[in-house]
Amino acid sequence: MASLSIRDVVKDYRAGLRVNRVIHGVSAEVADGEFIVIVGPSGCGKSTLLRMVAGLEEITGGQIAIGQRVVNDIEPAERDIAMVFQNYALYPHMSVFDNMAYGLKIARVPRDQIAVRVRRAASILEIEAFLDRKPGQLSGGQRQRVAMGRAIVREPQVFLFDEPLSNLDARLRAQTRIEIRKLHAELGVTSLFVTHDQVEAMTLAQRVIVMNAGLIEQIGTPEEIYRAPESTFVAGFIGAPPMNLMTVRGDGARLSRAGCELPLSGSAPRAGDLIMGVRPEHARLDDSGWPMKVELVELLGAERLIHGRLADAPFIVRTDARLAAPSAGQIVGLDIAPESLHWFDPTSQKRIPT
Amino acid sequence: MVERRPVMNLVAHLVLIFGVLVVSFPLYVTLVASTQTSEQIVQQAPMSLWPGSNLIDTYRAALFGGQTASGSRISPVAPMLKVSFICAMVIALGKISISMLSAFAFVYFRFPGRTLCFWMVFITLMLPVEVRIGPTYQVVAGLGLLNTYTGLTLPLIASATATFLFRQFFLTVPDELTEASRIDGAGPIRFFIDVLLPLSATSIAALFVIQFIYGWNQYLWPLLFTTDESKYPIVMGIRRMLAGGDAGNEWNVVMATAILAMLPPALVVLLMQKWFVKGLVDAEK
Repeated sequence: MASLSIRDVVKDYRAGLRVNRVIHGVSAEVADGEFIVIVGPSGCGKSTLLRMVAGLEEITGGQIAIGQRVVNDIEPAERDIAMVFQNYALYPHMSVFDNMAYGLKIARVPRDQIAVRVRRAASILEIEAFLDRKPGQLSGGQRQRVAMGRAIVREPQVFLFDEPLSNLDARLRAQTRIEIRKLHAELGVTSLFVTHDQVEAMTLAQRVIVMNAGLIEQIGTPEEIYRAPESTFVAGFIGAPPMNLMTVRGDGARLSRAGCELPLSGSAPRAGDLIMGVRPEHARLDDSGWPMKVELVELLGAERLIHGRLADAPFIVRTDARLAAPSAGQIVGLDIAPESLHWFDPTSQKRIPT
Repeated sequence: MVERRPVMNLVAHLVLIFGVLVVSFPLYVTLVASTQTSEQIVQQAPMSLWPGSNLIDTYRAALFGGQTASGSRISPVAPMLKVSFICAMVIALGKISISMLSAFAFVYFRFPGRTLCFWMVFITLMLPVEVRIGPTYQVVAGLGLLNTYTGLTLPLIASATATFLFRQFFLTVPDELTEASRIDGAGPIRFFIDVLLPLSATSIAALFVIQFIYGWNQYLWPLLFTTDESKYPIVMGIRRMLAGGDAGNEWNVVMATAILAMLPPALVVLLMQKWFVKGLVDAEK
């Protein structure tokens, strides 16, 4: 096992004479045995970054080191990594056993040792019964396990996962998520996991890297990222439904917006334009609070989402489903504790510490 | 068909049966003629459509040659079958290996002039052998390859069609498979042998059938190219028998030769039919 360090990594794609920069200098340190999830919207460069670590994409600038070894010019097979692909990329003509053994065969591992390693991986993943089958005879979840098995038998320094759960149905995804966590606890291999699904990021990661437009927005534990998002992007991306964000004008203990006055029990961090953020679950319905006009109510079982407009900005409140539901058109009051307000600078979009 | 109209069904079947008869009747005549003696065929006009009793003698004469009753010489077909078989096999296998390798280069390697090369290959799709037969003869003769197997097969091996077909197939192989094998440490040659080759098995089978028949049916090139009787393929042999001179044609032997010429391609098609259809219909991925 090894640490992984990504230093000022840049990626350019050349299209004729035009140079298209997709990653604009990204740095991150991954400790030995850590489970890191890279999350971001599609096109943010997260998969490209992973593929650069794997060696499938050339590194335009910067350095990637696995352990103490800079791997920029090392072939994927010699980087001591294993990768799980989104569509699994199993060899369709080989049996499950051969799929898992192929890399070892090429590395000239003795035959009896290959069998031992494949069987051990298969027993961890509970796919011993399918070893003689072809991938075409397996279900999606089983193929996913085989793909993981192929990664495990290599006994790599780093596991790379490229959205491995997105081809599974919702139930299987939740189940596999738990299995991946157990597996990581058992094997303790440094892992880099790319996903666009923030639930996967929150549940799997020890630390999350949030990426946007080729840059890292924030690195932190899931809790840090949720509690104290560094930018409006992170605030809006993590959490479902996302944080309510609205531009307000601060003036001491009062906020104003679109002709509405919103009194504060604390005070705004500074005067002038600000972006205020409120998590949907931090607003409580209370007749004395800020008035919100209800537009739509959604019941999700345990909780209820109340969509409305606060000072003419869209606002979502999450409440316990056992509380009485307001009806559309009704005006409800919102009580928000001052410590659960987030503040962002409207020009830099960065968090204003309070 | 969703419609249920018995009359239309009957008509459709009649048309189909008629079609089958039109196609198979000449084959039947050929077969029946090869079981009779040449006298029987010539004396009865029209010839009898019932099988005669001369089957074994006719085929023995056709295969191994000999003298006929009227004294004309029959050249043996067995060596011709051998020539045809060798040529068809070499052409089919040669075409498949050359075109697979070139398609592999076109799809998986970036080299200067790749697109240009591909289009040059692609354009030759439109040129049948007949068009370039003069210059090809010149070149092959200049190399001293007249009356050799090399000369008979080599000019026919390069194949734009097969290259194109394999290229299209390789393009459908997902990139992740290539990447997975890179991570597994397989170099280009290993990837080709361990992954691409088994995946193309059905395409190879389909192409083999097509190219074997193509090679077997070559007529113009050997006709122009060979002067040595030991290098005559069977298709030429049939043609030569018809020029029987004043002795008259040994029709039964001619017909037997035709049947013998038909058998190997038919066998190849029958034996590989399952693979052939699979290769053309679905690319198993």
